[in-house]
Amino acid sequence: MKSSVIVFPGSNCDRDIAVALEKMQFKNKMVWHKETKLPKSDLIVIPGGFSYGDYLRSGAIAGKSLIIDEVIKAANSGCLILGICNGFQILTETGLLKGTLLRNKNLKFINKDIHIKVLNNNTKFSKKYKNDQVLKINIAHNEGNFFTDSKHLEKLNKENLIAFKYCDEKGNINESSNPNGSLDNIAGIFNSNKNILGMMPHPERMMDEIISNKDGVNLFSSLMN
Amino acid sequence: MKITNKLIEKHGLKPEEYKAIKKLMQREPNFLELGIFSAMWNEHCSYKSSRIHLKKLPTTGKQVIQGPGENAGVIDVGDDDAIIFKIESHNHPSYIEPYQGAATGVGGILRDVFTMGARPIALLNSIHFGSPNHKKTKSLLNGVVSGIGGYGNCIGIPTVAGETKFNETYNENILVNAMAVGHAKKDKIFYSKAKGVNKSVVYVGSKTGRDGIHGASMASAEFDENSEEKKPTVQVGDPFTEKLLMEACLELMKDNSIISIQDMGAAGLTSSSVEMASKGELGIELELDRIPCREENMTPYEMMLSESQERMLIILEDGKEQDAKKIFDKWDLDFVVIGKTTDTKNLTLKYNNKIEGEIPIEALASKAPIYDRKWSKKKPTNEKVDLKNLKKIKIEDALIKILSSPNHSNKSWITNQYDQSVMCDTIQKSGSDAAIIRIHNKDKAIAVSVDSSANYCKSHPITGGKQIVCENWRNLITVGAKPLAITNCLNFGNPENNEIMGEFTECLQGIKEACEFLNYPVVSGNVSFYNGTNKKNIFPTPVIGGVGLIKKLSQPLNHYFKGNNNKLILIGKTFGHLEQSCFLKENYSIDIGMPPEINLFNEKNNGDSLLKLIEKNLVLSSHDISNGGLITALAEMAINSEYGAKIQKPKKLTNLFRYFFGEDQARYIIEIKANNLSKVEKILKDNDTYYENIGHTQKEFFEIEGEMKFSTKDLFKINNEWYNSY
Repeated sequence: MKSSVIVFPGSNCDRDIAVALEKMQFKNKMVWHKETKLPKSDLIVIPGGFSYGDYLRSGAIAGKSLIIDEVIKAANSGCLILGICNGFQILTETGLLKGTLLRNKNLKFINKDIHIKVLNNNTKFSKKYKNDQVLKINIAHNEGNFFTDSKHLEKLNKENLIAFKYCDEKGNINESSNPNGSLDNIAGIFNSNKNILGMMPHPERMMDEIISNKDGVNLFSSLMN
Repeated sequence: MKITNKLIEKHGLKPEEYKAIKKLMQREPNFLELGIFSAMWNEHCSYKSSRIHLKKLPTTGKQVIQGPGENAGVIDVGDDDAIIFKIESHNHPSYIEPYQGAATGVGGILRDVFTMGARPIALLNSIHFGSPNHKKTKSLLNGVVSGIGGYGNCIGIPTVAGETKFNETYNENILVNAMAVGHAKKDKIFYSKAKGVNKSVVYVGSKTGRDGIHGASMASAEFDENSEEKKPTVQVGDPFTEKLLMEACLELMKDNSIISIQDMGAAGLTSSSVEMASKGELGIELELDRIPCREENMTPYEMMLSESQERMLIILEDGKEQDAKKIFDKWDLDFVVIGKTTDTKNLTLKYNNKIEGEIPIEALASKAPIYDRKWSKKKPTNEKVDLKNLKKIKIEDALIKILSSPNHSNKSWITNQYDQSVMCDTIQKSGSDAAIIRIHNKDKAIAVSVDSSANYCKSHPITGGKQIVCENWRNLITVGAKPLAITNCLNFGNPENNEIMGEFTECLQGIKEACEFLNYPVVSGNVSFYNGTNKKNIFPTPVIGGVGLIKKLSQPLNHYFKGNNNKLILIGKTFGHLEQSCFLKENYSIDIGMPPEINLFNEKNNGDSLLKLIEKNLVLSSHDISNGGLITALAEMAINSEYGAKIQKPKKLTNLFRYFFGEDQARYIIEIKANNLSKVEKILKDNDTYYENIGHTQKEFFEIEGEMKFSTKDLFKINNEWYNSY
């Protein structure tokens, strides 16, 4: 499997995701935002960070950068795209995913380990997980409060396009297990073809028992085959 | 502009200092030159009051690659790895403008570390605020925390540890100290010393604006009622640009094109160019019309004194300019050759081909004033607390009071605003005695902690100075690290006051004694004087940042109880010292008497013995005993754990308050498996280490036999309320 990680000025989880991909035996390349051609890739990752310093609006400038046209082309021809944190924000700015990420409800940056529930394991990103499996995973963002219109929400529900929802340790999805105010506790979504996943939590931070846990490993092993 | 007495005073220079300037120059300086002297001769840049005392600190050792005098200290952590670290204050700007002040404090210290070739791997901070009831405290706390987070989160360096304290002594002068730790290869460390004549001097990074002009001078004076007007002297930070600058510098450092490199921190272009030339015993000539400016019509004076952030000065090897420029172009940063090194030993400033200023480098550096200021000794007090005369309270109520107090409450309200996990090497986060960071791609880690004890330092500076070094050392030991070296940030009041200068001198004396005994040298640091408002000085608050090494990674060690029915051992002797204790302060508002005594021999011996136990994998959890004494330490081990403890009453010391709340030093609590007890006791006895069996762990409850009983859930609640309701 070949992967590409797009690097914007201000990306800061690019090394982390590259380490995770290489650990899972991906042949990975880093792609600078000024490039106009993508290496042949089965998976493109848009990493977390503060691309362009979050100026204007998080993800807004990166969403207009040179390489993004290539990412959109690849996405439309079925290439797998994973956007994590700022990467998710960028995907919503490009229109590859609908909805938007608002400021956290408490108006503060939040970094902590929270829990999410796997809602659809019938995708290339999630097949190694069980449905309703609860993962402990790290979040680190200012703008992770997912919002979309009711029509899109209905479609997300109907077509099973919600990847993860915030929950508590036992899997209860409610207001107190919602860290940032996201609509219906949504932590990650797919596009209609399920070849694009955007998520706020950081699976690349959950690859190693001594650092955290291995709850992120199955996302990458799902993608491997 | 004519140099008048008023202008001299406005530049923070004393009349006799101006006389010395004229003598060194052999003429009157012009306005630009006066500004440059003021920037270099102020306390913040010249260390004129502290230099002779700092020289007494131990700064060498087998583990030291570079001690004080460079951008940061460098230590050897085995293999080809070096750790580069430093702490610095940003107190004055943070009081005037908390968000930007704190943010640029973080930015500045990060530059000090990556300037030397290190990729920063951890950020720490020590922040001190006034009383929570003071009208400014809440907004200062909010601003400082968001500023620290805003910068570190954006640049993508984890903020892994710190301390937050409240005391009315900081009501009008808060402390914001930031520490950065980086990792480099031993053979790839970059220094600021210039070498060779006619080498290109290159300006890289952000453009120069009018922000921060005279920032260093502002930090060298006390506050008064007009301090708010100093807002324009606070720099404005841009972590995004710093991230680009960091990546560009680290990329350039991969080959051999850099002769020397220096970040533009306090006193901006002036201090960076003078520093490089002074260390290399060279001159430097700058053509100021080439400086990339953010604003129009900036004068040479403004350019030289601006403290705009995210800028660096680099001296390049011949012929490397083009390749270097390509790297900075890639990162969309300015890269301009603005001058060259010379053999004149002068700082020569040209503007439109005209020399606007020329000053001998040594007049700005080695010939800057050094003061041996008068200082007075602090007399030890023999005030003692008589418990019999105090209102009776229950042990459990006293414990609740401590655990729910602002200084002891759980700080996740703060730490959740910092990205602690980015870079994926944070093994242990805030909340433990020390944070643990893995060396990337290696099977080893470093432990880091920052500590201060202003109350102890105020009541007896020598003991206080020793105590903070020891406490910091203990915090690294408890997570299983061998302490290697420290950096210190010395926050004090006005050095022109004998008593304050005495506090400084004696705290340093204590720090020196402890560092020498523990082989724990000082490799970098920073002095911040004039912390006070209208003649009211802050408590002496030296802050120690320590780094230790965990040679071989195993499961990280922290202080949370791990299981049921494990034995609890108290290492170190309990005397029941309550003067200056948290118990008296929180329950009775009493802060009299001496701090607990430091016995350096016991300190070292107890710590070394504990390390031996940890290395033999005999310890399940361990915690040092500090503020709040034995009972508070035990409670902290039970909070966040499903296990509590059952503790026996003491056999020897009969006053329970003295036993449980006394703050005697050199003590630890460890949790061990019951079947390892004889092994552990043997090692402790063989090493002449005093210990007591004090009880065992149990499910759910923290209990002192026949005295009190709490569920660990209740402890958690008590400990987590304050910040969320503030």
